[in-house]
Amino acid sequence: MQPTLFSTQQWTVSKLTFFIRKLLEENEVLQDVWVQGEVSNLSRPASGHVYFTLKDSSAALKCVMWKTSAARLRLGLQDGMEVEVHGRIGVYEVSGQYQLYADQIRPVGEGALYQEFMRLKSMLETEGLFDPERKRPIPMLPKKIGIVTSATGAALRDMINTLRRRLPIVEVLLAPSPVQGVEAPPALVKAIQSLALQSPDVILMARGGGSIEDLWAFNDERVVRAVANSPIPIICGVGHETDFTLSDFAADLRAPTPTAAAELATQITLLDLRALLENQRNRLAAATMSLIADQKNIVSSLTAALRYATPERRILSERQRVDELARRAHSSLLHRIQLQSTQVHGMERRLEALNPLAVLARGYAVVTQKGDGSVVTQVAQTRPGQQVQIRVSDGQVDAEIKDHNS
Amino acid sequence: MPKTASKNIQKPVEELTYEEALAELEEIVSALEGEQNQLEAAIKLFERGQALASRCGILLEAAELKVKQVVGDVVLPFEEEDE
Repeated sequence: MQPTLFSTQQWTVSKLTFFIRKLLEENEVLQDVWVQGEVSNLSRPASGHVYFTLKDSSAALKCVMWKTSAARLRLGLQDGMEVEVHGRIGVYEVSGQYQLYADQIRPVGEGALYQEFMRLKSMLETEGLFDPERKRPIPMLPKKIGIVTSATGAALRDMINTLRRRLPIVEVLLAPSPVQGVEAPPALVKAIQSLALQSPDVILMARGGGSIEDLWAFNDERVVRAVANSPIPIICGVGHETDFTLSDFAADLRAPTPTAAAELATQITLLDLRALLENQRNRLAAATMSLIADQKNIVSSLTAALRYATPERRILSERQRVDELARRAHSSLLHRIQLQSTQVHGMERRLEALNPLAVLARGYAVVTQKGDGSVVTQVAQTRPGQQVQIRVSDGQVDAEIKDHNS
Repeated sequence: MPKTASKNIQKPVEELTYEEALAELEEIVSALEGEQNQLEAAIKLFERGQALASRCGILLEAAELKVKQVVGDVVLPFEEEDE
């Protein structure tokens, strides 16, 4: 075919490459792909970025993984390894190459595991095994903690160290179990059941980090069901922060790591217990002191009351009454005397007025018979020669009747 | 006086576990803070409380993590590996 001499658009290499780049990078499918193939030409320069080619029997694909994503790789990448790579297709304009910018790499087969994980998850979710209402509270201060993990793993050491540091007063019951491989699921189930018989307050089921296959036992349906059905609350701490297993969903509490599981099981630490004890001690002393103070108050108010009720006081008040009565008696007596003396005075004056001797002073005289002293008021009472007495104002004289004139 | 406190009052403080001692201590404190007690009884409670508090303190200071192993229905001592 003859090229058109005068095309409507004149391209430069840059413009064309940029155009191709846009075409690829605006395609949604190409921006989110999982590609399976064999690793070859693996190169890890000092920059930390990883370069390799993914190939199969009939094609090859250039791949780049930047340093940040490469640091998160959990598997040791090697030439010849069959892997699944996730990333986006882009164009490296300098060399005119399209390539895969990889962000995740997993061994082949993991995809299938993931499918299985999702299937089981949705099934158990539908059954209600992961319902939030099923979650039981974790006791704040357990006396006995059960641990299900490998007897030789770092997870056990981490948990025991954490418990020893935070709450050494707790009793730890370990039910050892393999945590990976085909024998792990039934052994984990048995361990949970054996522990439950010892009635710990909480069970920690844990395992250190590993690949998705390493952690797979904790996605086993038997294990997940045993966790959900455990009569004892379970804290599940499997792998690292980013690993989620179905046991995590079924557990009463998920911990990001084994150490975190041990921390979550000991929300009250030895330090808290000491503070609590100190507080109780203080309250004990304060309560007793205030009780004694109350009693003292009662005693002192009773003492005051007693003092008030003392007979001495009564006697004083009686004495006062007596004095008062005496005073009143005295004054009324005085009054009476005065009254009497006035009366006597009056009578004296009246008596004075009636005194017959006062008449004598005016020249009158009283004549009495000498014998019986009777007053002579009539001549007939006398005879001549009779002895009489004549009383005048300053005394009396004897006299003799001489003659009757009438 | 609270029931458990009176029940344990016969039990020497040295024989109580940490939880028992702390629970009784808490009861005694609430009893002293709440009800009106006979003074003599209150002082007995206080003395018991003090003994309980020091028992708790001793247990906390001396606490060493006890690890046992459960295999089937059997509980065995567990020897940690040296690090």
